[in-house]
Amino acid sequence: MTPIFATDINGLLLALAVLLAGGLLCLLAGPRARLAHLLGASTAALASLIGLTAALPALSVAGSQQVALSWPAAGLNLALTLDPLAAFFLLPIFLLTFCGALYAIDYLHFPARSWRAGLHWFFYNTLGASMAVVVLAANGLVFMLAWELMSLSSFFLVTHDYQEEKVRQAGWLYLVATHIGAAFLFFVFFEASRVAGSLDFASFAALRALPVDATLLLFFAALIGFGAKAGLFPLHVWLPDAHPAAPSHVSAIMSGVMIKTALYGLLRLLTWLPPIPAWAGIAVALLGITGALFGIAMAATQTDIKRSLAYSTVENIGLIFLGLGLWLFCQATGHEQAAVLALVGALLHIWNHSLFKGLLFLGAGSVVHATGKRELSALGGLLRRMPLTGSLLLFGAAAISALPPLNGFISEWLLYLSLFNAGQDAAGGAAFFFMLLAILLALTGGLVVLVMTRLLGVALQGEPRSAAAAEAHESSAVLIAAMSIPAALCLLVGVMPQLPLQGISGPLLTLLAPNHAPTGSPLLPPFGPAWSLSLLTGLAALVAIVAIRTWRRRNASRLATWGCGYLKPSARMAYTAGSYSQFAQDTVFCSCVTPTGASTRGPALFPPPAQFGQERLDPALTRWFLPLFGKLAERAYAFRRLQAGQLSIYVLYIFIATILLLGWGIMAP
Amino acid sequence: MNTPPNLILLFVILFNFFILGTSRLNTCIRSVALQGALLSLLPLFLHTLTFHTYLLAVGAFVLKGLLMPWLLFRAIRQVKIRREVEPRIGYIPTLLLGALTTAGAFIFGDRLPLLPEHLHSLFIPAALSTLAAGFLMLITRRKAIAQVLGYLMFENGIFIFGTLLAETMPFLVEMGVLLDMLVAIFVMGIVMHHINREFSTLNTEQLSLLRE
Repeated sequence: MTPIFATDINGLLLALAVLLAGGLLCLLAGPRARLAHLLGASTAALASLIGLTAALPALSVAGSQQVALSWPAAGLNLALTLDPLAAFFLLPIFLLTFCGALYAIDYLHFPARSWRAGLHWFFYNTLGASMAVVVLAANGLVFMLAWELMSLSSFFLVTHDYQEEKVRQAGWLYLVATHIGAAFLFFVFFEASRVAGSLDFASFAALRALPVDATLLLFFAALIGFGAKAGLFPLHVWLPDAHPAAPSHVSAIMSGVMIKTALYGLLRLLTWLPPIPAWAGIAVALLGITGALFGIAMAATQTDIKRSLAYSTVENIGLIFLGLGLWLFCQATGHEQAAVLALVGALLHIWNHSLFKGLLFLGAGSVVHATGKRELSALGGLLRRMPLTGSLLLFGAAAISALPPLNGFISEWLLYLSLFNAGQDAAGGAAFFFMLLAILLALTGGLVVLVMTRLLGVALQGEPRSAAAAEAHESSAVLIAAMSIPAALCLLVGVMPQLPLQGISGPLLTLLAPNHAPTGSPLLPPFGPAWSLSLLTGLAALVAIVAIRTWRRRNASRLATWGCGYLKPSARMAYTAGSYSQFAQDTVFCSCVTPTGASTRGPALFPPPAQFGQERLDPALTRWFLPLFGKLAERAYAFRRLQAGQLSIYVLYIFIATILLLGWGIMAP
Repeated sequence: MNTPPNLILLFVILFNFFILGTSRLNTCIRSVALQGALLSLLPLFLHTLTFHTYLLAVGAFVLKGLLMPWLLFRAIRQVKIRREVEPRIGYIPTLLLGALTTAGAFIFGDRLPLLPEHLHSLFIPAALSTLAAGFLMLITRRKAIAQVLGYLMFENGIFIFGTLLAETMPFLVEMGVLLDMLVAIFVMGIVMHHINREFSTLNTEQLSLLRE
């Protein structure tokens, strides 16, 4: 019944095979770092290209293609399915894997003889392959296997610089968080297989007969499990530590696509479950907008450029969850139009975020590569020293700030449209609720601009704040090329939105079909040729104006930035990152997200030596999770006595357990 | 009740108690070997005499009755350990526990859903009580070599179960039993060697430093 297009899914199998074989070859290369480096980068890039060409046509082909390797005796069914929803996620996965591999060629440096290159590329290729298998899996076992493989390989990539204490801590936090999430996912799949009778996704259609409470149990367990990976608000705690700790191309992949696989899991689950009650949709939307506001507020106070970007990821995941929650709510309450708009907005934002966040992390990596610093207080003046990298970073910042000719604008506009549409349909308090969400969304958007101008204004403009920043060099052509790919796609999506929207229609139907008969084409904003043409004209005009102005000023004398008439301005006179966000911090933010600082200057007759320090701890981690786990550890400590450390005692446990099981065995029937 | 298999199994159970009660390591090794040798006769009485049965019997006899005691005596000579078992709890309590588990094995054996020809035979109780005696050896003895003996008794118990299945699942049983045994000898042999070398004692309690 399902058509089998041999070339497509076989192309993906080929890509997976190349990735895995490449990873193993890198290990075999042993301590020959240069060989492993080239092997790893080339196989990853090659496999990604194969995967991209195979996944692209599947986006618009309705129906699914399957391959299965079945072993009934062991109860195994290693099945993969390619359908539009899977292809939708495969595209960014392979795209960023390609860009990351390209980027890493010049970004990573290994000693001539060391195992680290081989290990790095082994885990990199494994991560790429396991992400692809996660979205292709057609069986709960395959899914969880790939999921765990993904978590482990990304853990080893995060701890690339394992000599640093902070990196090890970040890796550890990530490992703990991701495994707690996985425990919830195991529950989801075992519970689903108990109802459906098998772990095959094909049999999960039986879940549609679930009563409401069982549905909600599965849904919220999955929300916790997938939310821990995606970085949904209270569960995001690993993210701001892990992203700065990882090498930048790994941060780009993790933030750009790996956490999106969690969204895939949630969306896939929603295709099996019966309709979710409206209040659950509201809960998801509220979590999403809370996370967005929280994430962007935290991003505004960070001094580490990559940590700030990581919090911005929390914000964007919040926006995507807002869209998903709106979709669920509007679908349950009958606002068809708003539901479709919200879902399209969320889906498009998944793509968009992987593009511009990938670009920003790669750009931040170039800055780190050029200066060796991640602290904003040590950067500055980089736009003059690295004009191409700086321009690409500005480009990414414009995209993430949802400025019109670029892609972020499209998806956020769709979210606004959905809110307004639902607000118009709804009556009374409900309408107010939607307007409130729209206002909060606008507040988030404003803060994004603040965060991005702060990051790039401090890092790229003004005078260099350290010797390292003053001696920064432009990135190599390979790095620039790797960053240009997502940048070009950002522009493409922004200028010709009808292309990605056409691409999304396939997964859209997959997601809407279980609950709705597709009712014609949804009313989307007029993103036709007129839109592209007017944007392109505007863009051309802008370029022309800038060119003319630059040409006119060619003879203007060049003085230090923000010189304000002084002849010898120094970086100490310019705004710092802290002072730039001070106003927002003091007037807008809740006190829980502001940095906690200690100043030693006290009342004294003569000026004593003064010190000032600030800490930017994540309130969700320090106020909720650490105390919670501390309490749990206290309780659980009693069990340590069981761990006697003597073999005979452990054998005794086995013996007692065996006796009890035997006794239970004859008592039970 | 007076059939040869039941007689053998009776001796096996008696050997269990003898091994649990004796303090001499040499006697222990000999008894475990004798127990294994006795068990190797079981398939001959139980099944029709085919090549398969002979193979099982001869293989078990050579391994359990000859090879293992030889290896264990050699190990004792090489690492020069004291010829005592060094129990963690006394011999009398161990024997009492052994009696309790044997009684439990008889009670439990009657309640299992078995084939009619196996019902009320000594097979299941003997197998279970030998397993339990092996467990007790593992738990109550300090010396690694006594724990190897416990492991071997364990294997003897499994072998009794296995002979019941030998005809329906040919080779699966003996493969499992023999493989397990070889693993036991090799692993424990290597472990003993290393414990002796690293800690200059074969007392496994010293290993508790490794628990964290």
